[in-house]
Amino acid sequence: MVNPAKVIGFLDLLGNWDPSLALVMIGGLSITIPLFHFVLKLDHPLLDNRFYLPTRQDLDFNLIGGAVIFGAGWGIAGLCPGPAVTALVTLNSSVILFVAAMLAGMLLHKFITE
Amino acid sequence: MQNFTPYSAFIGGMLIGLSATLMLWINGRITGISGIVGGILFPVKGDSLWRVVFVAGLLGGGLIYVLLSNKPLPFEPQATPLVMILAGLLVGWGTRMGSGCTSGHGICGIARISRRSFAATLVFMLTAIVTVWLTGLIVG
Repeated sequence: MVNPAKVIGFLDLLGNWDPSLALVMIGGLSITIPLFHFVLKLDHPLLDNRFYLPTRQDLDFNLIGGAVIFGAGWGIAGLCPGPAVTALVTLNSSVILFVAAMLAGMLLHKFITE
Repeated sequence: MQNFTPYSAFIGGMLIGLSATLMLWINGRITGISGIVGGILFPVKGDSLWRVVFVAGLLGGGLIYVLLSNKPLPFEPQATPLVMILAGLLVGWGTRMGSGCTSGHGICGIARISRRSFAATLVFMLTAIVTVWLTGLIVG
């Protein structure tokens, strides 16, 4: 998913559809769904005395609005944070611009809203 | 179906899942890349080392893949540089506002049966699909 063409290929349901990203998610969840269940039964993780887990359960405007904005950016570039960082090793100027802009977007959000 | 690479996709996904499981088991933390990177951008004393190490791993993993496969990392930009900047801004803003991205909500949040993550994942997936469709109409 480091190659945005693979991501766009998945999101392009009506075009030349490439289901690969779905398998990435299924592969990931096939591990995390069963294993998180067991890990979370522990009193604490191996190297710390507590877990650091989100506790909120409510759906609010920020969650949904943020997901829309993130989804739009992801759909335009075919990049989300993780693969974008890894793709930096290509030294491709598009990735560097994307990651720089992503950091700027995070900064903007913090300083405009807080 | 074009360019479908089921085996590498599934195995890659499993590696991501393994990474998230190890992070939770060893460090007790959620592997949400937007959050990990955000924590470097807005550092809290004593909370930075593991984040930097993780990001180094993200980069190192890419390098190791290139070295072992002896091929460059395939990367085909899907937009012009200016549009990549816009997209980056949206992803940066949106992941902070929405408290997560595909790894945090999609892989970890769903595994925790978090209704926030189910909702966020559904919304960003649908939005991304519509965005690709609209881009296709505009750009042709």
